[in-house]
Amino acid sequence: MPHITTPHELTDLRSKLSIGLGKATHTLAICNGTGCQASRSTPVVEALKEQLSEQGLGEKIRIRVTGCQGFCEQGPVVVVEPGDTFYCRVAPEDAAELVSSVSRGEVIERLLYQDPVSQERMRTESDIPFFRAQERILLGQNRRVDPCSIQDYIATGGYQALAKALAGMKPERVIEEIKASGLRGRGGAGYPTGRKWESCRAAPGDLKYVICNADEGDPGAYMDRCVLEGNPHLVIEGMLIGAWAIGAEGGYIYVRKEYPLAVKNARTAIAQAGEYGLLGRNILDSGLSFDIEIARGGGAFVCGESTALMASIEGQVGEPSPKDVHTVEKGLWDRPTNLNNVETWANVPFIINNGAAWFSARGTENSKGTKIFALTGRIKNTGLVEVPMGTSLRKIIFDIGGGASNGTAVKAVQTGGPSGGCLPASLFDLPVDFETLSEAGSMVGSGGMVVMDERTCMVDVAKYFLEFLREESCGSCAPCRIGLSRMLEIVTAIAEGRGRSEQIDLLEELADTVAHTSLCGLGKTAPNPVLSTLRYFRDEFLTHIQEQKCPAGVCRALTVYAIDPENCDGCGVCLRACPVGAISGAKKEPHVINPEICTRCGICRSECKSDSIYVN
Amino acid sequence: MEAYVLEEVWNGRQKQPQQLIEVLLDVQERNGFCSEEALREISQEISVPLIEVWRVANFYKAISLQPRGKHLITVCLGTACHVRSAALLVEECFSQIRMETGGTSVDGLFTIEKVNCLGACALGPIVVLDGVYHHHMTPARLRKLIKSAYKLEEETMSDAAYHNPA
Repeated sequence: MPHITTPHELTDLRSKLSIGLGKATHTLAICNGTGCQASRSTPVVEALKEQLSEQGLGEKIRIRVTGCQGFCEQGPVVVVEPGDTFYCRVAPEDAAELVSSVSRGEVIERLLYQDPVSQERMRTESDIPFFRAQERILLGQNRRVDPCSIQDYIATGGYQALAKALAGMKPERVIEEIKASGLRGRGGAGYPTGRKWESCRAAPGDLKYVICNADEGDPGAYMDRCVLEGNPHLVIEGMLIGAWAIGAEGGYIYVRKEYPLAVKNARTAIAQAGEYGLLGRNILDSGLSFDIEIARGGGAFVCGESTALMASIEGQVGEPSPKDVHTVEKGLWDRPTNLNNVETWANVPFIINNGAAWFSARGTENSKGTKIFALTGRIKNTGLVEVPMGTSLRKIIFDIGGGASNGTAVKAVQTGGPSGGCLPASLFDLPVDFETLSEAGSMVGSGGMVVMDERTCMVDVAKYFLEFLREESCGSCAPCRIGLSRMLEIVTAIAEGRGRSEQIDLLEELADTVAHTSLCGLGKTAPNPVLSTLRYFRDEFLTHIQEQKCPAGVCRALTVYAIDPENCDGCGVCLRACPVGAISGAKKEPHVINPEICTRCGICRSECKSDSIYVN
Repeated sequence: MEAYVLEEVWNGRQKQPQQLIEVLLDVQERNGFCSEEALREISQEISVPLIEVWRVANFYKAISLQPRGKHLITVCLGTACHVRSAALLVEECFSQIRMETGGTSVDGLFTIEKVNCLGACALGPIVVLDGVYHHHMTPARLRKLIKSAYKLEEETMSDAAYHNPA
């Protein structure tokens, strides 16, 4: 194994690796990220390997097991290179045909993506609407590397930016470049990255730390998992460049335990980088010494907050502390510490390689570059989407996402997770950038976008986030601990039909107090989901209060289920599905629900094949 | 078994106070929970007062202080799963499995755990049974999954009875 000691040796290794592919003419890039694994991609990998050796094509066709490629809805995904033929929903049974078709240069029509609207089969990513409207600078790399292979990473130009920075750029020059690029923190707050680095570099102290925040706690967002899991060396390279610029010796990747594959791949990558001499002492003969350790999160949302995260790395309870002194001056073990999010670090090597002007050519005046969004919820195409900052919500939700999943209308999109808010369809022409979304009462946040349609109740959404936040509040300050509980009580009363109109004013007053007096970011932004739903969907709250009705049919206390006898074909699915035996009816005859027994769980409605169960 | 587990956890690790969470997570992973004995030993080995070890173990949701069932069912309740009716799945679990308070079944076979997000949002609702992810779950699919787990359990039981007659 090569131990690289100079930039020259790195270049040598890269050229050796790129000619070292041998006789292979084709590569099958198989996505084996968490999403595709859930769709059983591992047996597909095994079956393809078996077929390659059975058909004697092991030398001609190479397999590359990659991290998440982003179009999770269509997994397991296999891309044939060259030619980039994109196969989706591949099953182990398809392996024999797939392998032989590649060797004959043919395309298997039935495994190609089929457009849900035109029914047309599409061969490559660039044909598919989901990919066509994206600009996949970070995500596009995932297909090109096996996350557990540093050689793949180096062969595709990896660690080139590090070599460039160490050999030819003084730390101050690196910081200038990052500042000029306009890169802002991708974790939610959008603080200018270059300025943060500069403050940390200027802070007095001989031992400094850089940390990668991979505690992606926002439910509904998973871009950090995808990047760390699918391309861990990119994150490590970003951190190395940051360490050089800041003058840091120690590094941590704080990653949530709920992402076991990301933990594993990051560990492997750190070990490999160490073996290759890219972590450790005197890296590439530059005098930089830097090491990275993994610290796992224990399932506490608040640990995404910088001071709580650092307490957690120190082995303590993850409670935030007041920020009268910034963590760039006094952070981990009271040393100057620079914390950036996974996606922020991943952008750094690109900026150093291509220059600040290249990066800032994308995006809006104050929000530069591309941003990854997790497009999920009640929408056709779900997956990870990377677009230039400033792209409209409409383009993301309709052009890329394909609109609502079941023919109903899209009502709202929730952005920014529990710190963000719900934006109504009337605002879908807004460009997505840090300032615009904040002004509209939401935020870019880490990039979650949960699409909601007419079967989503906005009172229920507000209640969901309050429950989440009350549960995750660490409890150290009163406004957040008590305020959120009181807010939840009011919203619960409304959801149960016990609400009174004047409670809405009280709710807003409480929200204001929590936002202004809480200790940390979690509490300060906690009222956003409630305030934004009140701002844009007040009618729904009022319908719950005045008419005791939940128009979406979600709030249980206000919902009565009934079966449409005209439509019901008596298939019996609902009868068997009902957990309390509230449904009766003879075979092939319309069934009925007994409202006395019914607990309004809604399982029957979700199971009904003929859409005969409605909310009264 | 526990002593062995802890030995494995200490292996190659510097015994420092900052290792507390990592050690607890490792014990949790191997043992399914962190017992009082484990907490006591950890406290001694890394020189952190027992009360602090307990406080940390109690704070982080990923660490359980109670033994868990033989099989772990994790229901994701992240936002994306929530708007696709994940709450119904929790209900379905509770209607299929007789539970004691604390989330473990009366027969000790299953523990049901809710989690805030597993990052497979595009495929939600997600349910994980013993580390295997199941996507696009509906109450009907979950019912089948639980039934098959019970069936498998019965088969192993009768196999065991066959191999080790009383």
